[in-house]
Amino acid sequence: MDEILKVDNVSFDYRDANVLRNVSFTLNRGDFLGIIGANGAGKSTLIKLILQILPLAGGSIELFGTDLAKFRDNHRIGYVAQKASSFNSQFPATVGEVVMANLYSKRRHPFFRYSRTDHKKCDEVLETVGMLEYKDKLIGNLSGGQQQRVFIARALISEPELLLMDEPTVGVDAIQCAQITDIITRLNQGGMTIVMTNHDTPELIRLSSKLLIFCSHGNGEFLNRADLTVDEVNTIYAGKRGHHHD
Amino acid sequence: MREREGITMIDMFSYAFMQRAFIAAIIIAFIAPCIGVPIVLKRLSAIGDATSHSALAGIAIGLLLGINPVLGGLIFSVLAVLGIEFFRKAFSKFSEIAAVVIMSAGIGLTALVSGFITSGAANLNAFMFGSIVAISDFELWLTVILGAIVLSAFALMRHELFFITFDEEAARLSGIKTGLVNTVLMLLTAITVSVASRVVGALMISSLMVIPVACAMMIGKSYRLTVIWSVIFAQIFAVFGLIISYFADLRPGGTIVLLGVITLIILMIFKRGR
Repeated sequence: MDEILKVDNVSFDYRDANVLRNVSFTLNRGDFLGIIGANGAGKSTLIKLILQILPLAGGSIELFGTDLAKFRDNHRIGYVAQKASSFNSQFPATVGEVVMANLYSKRRHPFFRYSRTDHKKCDEVLETVGMLEYKDKLIGNLSGGQQQRVFIARALISEPELLLMDEPTVGVDAIQCAQITDIITRLNQGGMTIVMTNHDTPELIRLSSKLLIFCSHGNGEFLNRADLTVDEVNTIYAGKRGHHHD
Repeated sequence: MREREGITMIDMFSYAFMQRAFIAAIIIAFIAPCIGVPIVLKRLSAIGDATSHSALAGIAIGLLLGINPVLGGLIFSVLAVLGIEFFRKAFSKFSEIAAVVIMSAGIGLTALVSGFITSGAANLNAFMFGSIVAISDFELWLTVILGAIVLSAFALMRHELFFITFDEEAARLSGIKTGLVNTVLMLLTAITVSVASRVVGALMISSLMVIPVACAMMIGKSYRLTVIWSVIFAQIFAVFGLIISYFADLRPGGTIVLLGVITLIILMIFKRGR
């Protein structure tokens, strides 16, 4: 099986708190990892370390068999952050422009022009998330859930093999939430490896094939969803596992 | 309007100084809004002001030492953007401090140096508010060359600039060297300010970077159209501003900027009325 992500003995401290302690796990192609834990347990921190938004202080991470420090194939990784975190709703950009922007990760030189194939690819990914009819609309005029689907499409246009999602359904209404879940499930069934955090623990357990549960002291407990008994699943549901030290 | 009796548009274009003024204004009206779009959308409009006030200090020093003032302005604009980056790193959570510190330094230095300028005081005034008659052949060539550099850089970096402006974190994750692109954007701003100081005036140029963009945002239905409309508005303001200032004997910088502000107000009223 293709090894996509290998996290080995990773630790991370913020100035006044130990967040991650010796976290280790390996994901193969097609795995769906759900990261579970209380607020501040280190779920987002782990994703930020993989994306090199935060510097790796202890341990090692490999992406597609390459050490993180040497990894340059950004287009092989997609990232969807919490809802529209840093984006200004009055920004004059269309859905199509936002999605196409991420083609840079495949080109990486300043002279490229969008080709007909690029536009076709944009239509394809917007179709995947059910937003093709909004291609020429201003992104600021869409609802939170629609914007989030656009950001999933933006991640997909570079044809990633690993999709990292940090609470993609926060602030999204129930109907849009179900649509986003459906999109993610289809992507995973198509062979894409997914790493996701979500405030809705039961839903995340249902979707995942692997679980990383953050217990006290930042130790991550890595489990195969298939190996869990009904009782164990109920324990996780009830939040008896996954409590953080603070 | 105090119209000059018997002077037609054809007469106006027969003067070499007017031809130079129009060429320079058209170039400036291309580059100022192109740089203005990312500056405005990144909420960095204050940097335009800080850079232009620093440029004025360079212009004053140029006049005092007998160096070409536009070159003096260029050097100080570049120093200003480097200074802004320095202060932004020192006050990372309060980055607006950087622009204010550099703007204050620029105004302070201009005030100090202008006290020593005896023969060129009127000239300094022309650089503050713009002048039609003042452009030399050297300055026109400098405008053409620097304008070409800014436009080429903008065209080459258009994808990066859009992505960084919309979502800097996602842009960095896609492999864009965000620090480098931001520094280049600041340098392009510095060049634009110094080039524009002759015709539009150092105190007016940041308006020409912001007002056409604000007008374009009223009607632009995409980022691409916002850039295109910004350039169209800037061209209209620059060309009609120069014509009005010629016939009415007004300062070109003030005329261009006020024309822009009036247009923006009309667009806002029109949009609210719909």
